[in-house]
Amino acid sequence: MNKNNLILYIGIIIFGLAAPFVFPAFKVQLSILCILIVLAITWNIQGGEMGYNTFGNILFYGLGMYLCASVQVGMFFPLAEWTESGGEKTFVHTPAQFFQGMAMGLVVAAVVPTIVAGLIGYAILGLRGHYFAICTLGLGVAAGEISGGIEIIGAGQGFTTPPFPNVGSLEARGEFFYFLSFLVLILTFLAVKAIYSTRFKLILNAIRDNEDKAEAMGIETMKYKIIGWMISAFFCGLAGGIMGGLVGYIDSTDVAFDGREMGVFMVLMAILGGKGTLWGPVIGATVFHIFKEGFWTFFLGWQYVALGVLIVVIVIYFPEGIMGWLREKYPERFGEVVDEADRKAQVEIK
Amino acid sequence: MDFLVFQYPMITVQACLDGILLGVLFALIAYGMALQWGVMNIINIAQGDLVILGGYIAYFMYLYGIHPAWGVIVAPVIMYFVGIAIYKLVINKVVDRDLFISILATFGISILFMQLMNFAFGADVVLANSGYGTTMLFDNNVVLPNSKIFSAFISILFAVCLVIYMKRSKLGRAIRATAQNARAAKILGVDTEKVYAATFGINAALCGVAGALISITFTIHPYMGLPYTIRSFMIVIVAGLGNLPGVAMSGMGLGVFEEFADYILGTEFRIGSVFLLLVLILVYRRFKLSRKREYLK
Repeated sequence: MNKNNLILYIGIIIFGLAAPFVFPAFKVQLSILCILIVLAITWNIQGGEMGYNTFGNILFYGLGMYLCASVQVGMFFPLAEWTESGGEKTFVHTPAQFFQGMAMGLVVAAVVPTIVAGLIGYAILGLRGHYFAICTLGLGVAAGEISGGIEIIGAGQGFTTPPFPNVGSLEARGEFFYFLSFLVLILTFLAVKAIYSTRFKLILNAIRDNEDKAEAMGIETMKYKIIGWMISAFFCGLAGGIMGGLVGYIDSTDVAFDGREMGVFMVLMAILGGKGTLWGPVIGATVFHIFKEGFWTFFLGWQYVALGVLIVVIVIYFPEGIMGWLREKYPERFGEVVDEADRKAQVEIK
Repeated sequence: MDFLVFQYPMITVQACLDGILLGVLFALIAYGMALQWGVMNIINIAQGDLVILGGYIAYFMYLYGIHPAWGVIVAPVIMYFVGIAIYKLVINKVVDRDLFISILATFGISILFMQLMNFAFGADVVLANSGYGTTMLFDNNVVLPNSKIFSAFISILFAVCLVIYMKRSKLGRAIRATAQNARAAKILGVDTEKVYAATFGINAALCGVAGALISITFTIHPYMGLPYTIRSFMIVIVAGLGNLPGVAMSGMGLGVFEEFADYILGTEFRIGSVFLLLVLILVYRRFKLSRKREYLK
């Protein structure tokens, strides 16, 4: 089992490193896939393991996006003039400035959402069930509407992120963003995997199964809920920062705080793959992205209609996801001890 | 503070009156939400999109030369059947499941409706001109469009009719019985499936009325649904389920709040302030309840 896992991981890493050279035309798509997987994995910490179905992780994603771009610009040029002139025309980043700004921006984009999650966590995570879901939905939309009214980050017309500097090769931009997002994906996966092997995951599951009982057992549930949310916020912020640079343009409601697309995608991907599993979100995001990119062109203009139908179908007919389905089919593979006599006895009772 | 609101008291009066007339409409939508929430335990994110769809029905009547005020009669009839169709296709599969499933499923319906309306009616902001003129009050300092007064009046009329219907009719009794205890109602011979369908239909019809009125008084746009959902949700949680005077009062309160937010913060922050208010209300209630070691459930 362990050896197989090792081979699997090495295979994935080799594939990940080789992918941009094997499929040069799909570099941007592959980078987006990495970001989507990161978002699905982090959503799963709340929605799957903790039982807190959030629509609000988009808040950290959008915050990271705006912060990264603002820092990248603001370190070298006046931000207000940049947004007023529509960006790239007046000021040009040298390569060194671009990469320094990006590095600094990503740090800020990861740290600030984490702090924000910690600050609002105590207030928001005290809500339960659908109140939490609606509250976080409101939080995401409010952030989008409010950022759409702030002049210095471009208000309604949006914000152009610094264009990639000319470093010789034409392929450099795609490769840079691909490897960056792949790195973040690996970091996220390893971090979450490490977390899931500790007591922390058991506490999250206890919160999901019965929060009152967990509290009665002496677990400070609030502390763990906030820490869980901060971990999500950290990686969501990073993902947002990279996505901002990748898209090249930030709009408050259509790119950054895009509850109608990204905000639903992350929920959908995690549910499609299987909530509450480590690999579920990864598989779900991959399947979803392939489906989306493969079939979106057939539904040209009708994507959102297809998306709406897809949400309804997945939620109603497939709530356990791919991993849940596999688990039902091959329980031995998931480390569940199957007692044949017990299984037969159950059938007889029916 | 050099806000206009404080310099000219008449603007305050204007904002209050506008807000109250608007709030009555919100209360009507919230009443539908409270109904289905109480009876079926479902939070319908597509509520606002049903409202907008009702608005488009009135708008199309206006385009074809019929006075849009007749939409108040036509829209609920059409929307009732739309509601029944949605119930049969989707909602009856999520009624007895986890609440999040219903939220997500109706979110899907909401996205679907948004986009279908965008295709069918275009992405322009439209309004149906009722040609009702305006009323001037206080030496022409306060301007109230008659359409707003008309819409508030019609909303109250529909709400009162519905309350009487729920009290007196057989279906109303069945709905109330199902809300109290669905299983017991089933045992006593109530066809709960039918009751659920009727409830969802009535909710959609109410949304249709509200939408028709909104198309006369304000503007409609395919993507404007979600704020109406959030507003009605907010009104219901502030008032509590089954508290009709509370729904009316908090609806008007929300209307006034919005008008003031519009004047003080600026129109671009209007929707944002509504969503922020929702978060603040929920957080406030959470802290209030946590003192008693309880939580919102």
